[in-house]
Amino acid sequence: MKTRRDFIKVSAAGAGAAAIGLSALNWNGVNKAQASNSQHPVSDEEMTSFPTYCEVCFWKCAGWTYVDKSNNIRKIIGNKEDPHCSGRLCPRGTGGVGMYTDNDRLKTPLIRETVDGKQGFRKASWSEALDLVASKMKDVSENHGPESFALFNHGAPGAHFKHLLHAYGSDNEGEPAWAQCRGPREVGFSATYGSWIGSPEPTDIRDTDCLVLIGSHLGENMHNGQVQEVSTAIERNATIITVDPRLSTIASKSKYWLPIKPATDLALLLSWIHVLIYEDIYDKKYIEQYAIGFEQLKDHVKNMTPEWAYGITTIQPDVIRKTAREMANASPSVIVHPGRHVAWYGDDSQRERAIAILNALLGSWGKRGGFYFKEAVKVPSYPHPKYPHPHWSWKDNLDGKYPLSAMGITTELLKASIPEFDYKHQIKAWIVAGTNLPLTIPNKELFQLAAESVDFIAVVDTMPMDITGYADVILPECTYLERYDTIRSAPHREPNIALRMPAVEPKWESKPSWWIAKQLGERLGLGSYFDYDDFSEVLDWQLKQMGTSLDEMQKIGIKIFPRKSGPLYLGDGEEYSFNTNSGKIELYATEFEDHGFDPLPKFTKHPEPEEGFYRLIYGRAPMHTFSRTSNNPNLHDLMDTNSVWVNPKVADLWDLEKGQKVWLQNQDGVVSTFPIKVRITERIRWDSVYMVHGFGHNNKKLTRTYGRGASDANLITNIMVDPMMGGTGMRGNFVTFLTTDPGMEVEI
Amino acid sequence: MRYGMAIDTAKCVGCSDCVVACQTENNVPIGYCRDWIVENVNGSYPNVEIELRSERCNHCENSPCVRCCPTGASHIIDGGIVMVTHNECIGCGACIQSCPYDARYSHPDGYVDKCTFCHHRLEKGQNTACVEVCPTRCLHFGDLDDPYSDVSKALKNRTWKVLAPEAGTKPQLFFLT
Repeated sequence: MKTRRDFIKVSAAGAGAAAIGLSALNWNGVNKAQASNSQHPVSDEEMTSFPTYCEVCFWKCAGWTYVDKSNNIRKIIGNKEDPHCSGRLCPRGTGGVGMYTDNDRLKTPLIRETVDGKQGFRKASWSEALDLVASKMKDVSENHGPESFALFNHGAPGAHFKHLLHAYGSDNEGEPAWAQCRGPREVGFSATYGSWIGSPEPTDIRDTDCLVLIGSHLGENMHNGQVQEVSTAIERNATIITVDPRLSTIASKSKYWLPIKPATDLALLLSWIHVLIYEDIYDKKYIEQYAIGFEQLKDHVKNMTPEWAYGITTIQPDVIRKTAREMANASPSVIVHPGRHVAWYGDDSQRERAIAILNALLGSWGKRGGFYFKEAVKVPSYPHPKYPHPHWSWKDNLDGKYPLSAMGITTELLKASIPEFDYKHQIKAWIVAGTNLPLTIPNKELFQLAAESVDFIAVVDTMPMDITGYADVILPECTYLERYDTIRSAPHREPNIALRMPAVEPKWESKPSWWIAKQLGERLGLGSYFDYDDFSEVLDWQLKQMGTSLDEMQKIGIKIFPRKSGPLYLGDGEEYSFNTNSGKIELYATEFEDHGFDPLPKFTKHPEPEEGFYRLIYGRAPMHTFSRTSNNPNLHDLMDTNSVWVNPKVADLWDLEKGQKVWLQNQDGVVSTFPIKVRITERIRWDSVYMVHGFGHNNKKLTRTYGRGASDANLITNIMVDPMMGGTGMRGNFVTFLTTDPGMEVEI
Repeated sequence: MRYGMAIDTAKCVGCSDCVVACQTENNVPIGYCRDWIVENVNGSYPNVEIELRSERCNHCENSPCVRCCPTGASHIIDGGIVMVTHNECIGCGACIQSCPYDARYSHPDGYVDKCTFCHHRLEKGQNTACVEVCPTRCLHFGDLDDPYSDVSKALKNRTWKVLAPEAGTKPQLFFLT
């Protein structure tokens, strides 16, 4: 967070001296205003603006990139028509300009080479680098089959490389968004309502009377449109109930903060269900008309009283009752929020089921102030030959495990890359695009073993992220401000599309992902899948099919379409068929039962920290996205490191001082590579510590962020896997403090 | 005409968007800022309260920075905005010392810099960059003399406070509590 204290530090150190020097010059008659024109604001009329949608996080707000007459990007401003942002970008979107200006960016293709026994990277031309990647892809295809080539991706580059991989004959792709993030909620809600939550979440916060957050820290998680709607909820005095062992920003703004004992949320949810049913305050009409399994549910939660939950959660029974009644009073204008990153304890799909059930009892699904029916515009697929059918896919490797996984499981793809795991089908090579696996995937040892096992790794990124240290070939992607990408069509209240177009030429030798994928495709004899010279041709063709054009979209940036799927909400008593086995909301999940899982959620006790250890909780800061932004000059300036939050009682026990640097050691003896500063604060429970995710980078080429703070991902070695969908529960790790340097720094 | 700003601490999440939007709008060099976030935590777990404030120059009616400026670079213009004329400023820093809000900084080009309420935007009928960008819409700006301005309306039905009232500076920033 940018505080005045940061400023004083800077000004006292260097700038103060500069100021004295320059003011002396001024007395000699030098006009400083002339000496440096850059300090003056440039008016909007003197600039040209180009539409884009943001790539700093994956909320994808539409905006305008402002470019001055000297072709400098000056600022990025939200598009007023965009329902994702209403003309207001978040700090990351505003600071997106730093992604473009960062001098640490990857500038040319790089190829790993060994000179005198020492490995390093050398600069290469695009044709050499692309030839090399294509020849490796050919080798893998000929010797092992194209399926042995896997893609790890996140964000916009993924679409282009998925197309390449499918054309080549593999569908082995994974992104952390499933197993490390929101997979469990999609499984839980799908089993209940026959529908994913998806992104953006169709939570009608704008109109809600009661918002319940289970560990969600909106406001720190800066998913823009959602935070904007929360602000209106605060303004309308909506009841906010936040369950979190940490006093998050939103907890501090809530009517009720339930400082729960970590890992016990499911007990609280079940006791809320108990109260709603046994106090007879659930939405009877809604349940009778739309749901099945009520009697089984009622029987199931019979003994799950607030008194039972109190012993587990440490939340007082009267608080549990009072908050349940608040929800019932607001019904159906109430949201028990599904959350976003929910891979916590390995029973996450069941916790999400309990959240889904709670919403059903409150009659909030399909109701104003609850969950609206989202709609997206279908973007027609640009004509290309049919993809070949892969002979095997990641699912065939699971042998029936994780039957409800609907997207590739990153950790399973990693295991398939390691011969010792003896998977039926082996992964031999990777393309990694836009995801920094070493700071994203828990259990770094598994990642490192996998990276060492495969024959070849190509990395596409804009920055020398830690992942590039494992690459054989690095392909520098230009930033989102310098390229065309696929059309954004995200589900919302009103279907809409947004265009991303280049505002400036790509810096250095960086190139757009569509171009990289096309070049590789052509080298692999797959040119017919890339039948265009420039991606703008694809966009224009698609946009014309949708009744607009590239020309029009370049002027407006975003276009709203009328809804075709019917109203946003269910009418009173309206007949509705859900996309579940029964066509009803399934309080009793037959889909789970069919796969041999509990059809009703059960509370399981999770391990607790040993004496001297504290549960590691991690989260987000509003100005950063994962590990993607910590080197961005603008965003680094707002927050340049993370700290470990420690309750004052704990700090006393350990004799820790404010700002002291410590190393963290987890239950398996893993020690943080870098030290982290202690923040002593009453905002965290005494049995836990908290840190912001995304710091502790270990690549010196990231000159701003290298070695700053600690990486939570590296301390997460105990993974509690969700047996339904392969989610990697990451909140069962415990850390203790080391106050002397354990000497962990090694160069990668 | 008297410009002022009301900051709704009930809505501010401390995201720092105001800070970075000001930096890109006004070309504030990286490492410096014209506005910033303050977080106050009070109480002990679990009875804890947080106040988040987006702070900047208070554009004081009784401004010590203007009074102490030896060259007249610091001055007040129409609407009560405290401004610094960069090429009249000798960078002596007296104003920095005199400001009870720590709102000024030494620009690396040798002058003292601070919030201008985005004067260059007001002249064109635009709002300040921080107000325009704030995702929670917790910043309200306008003419305090106009009862229908956004800031006057925001102040009307809420309790508010000013910072360092004991300094007697008559600040024009109001924090809604």
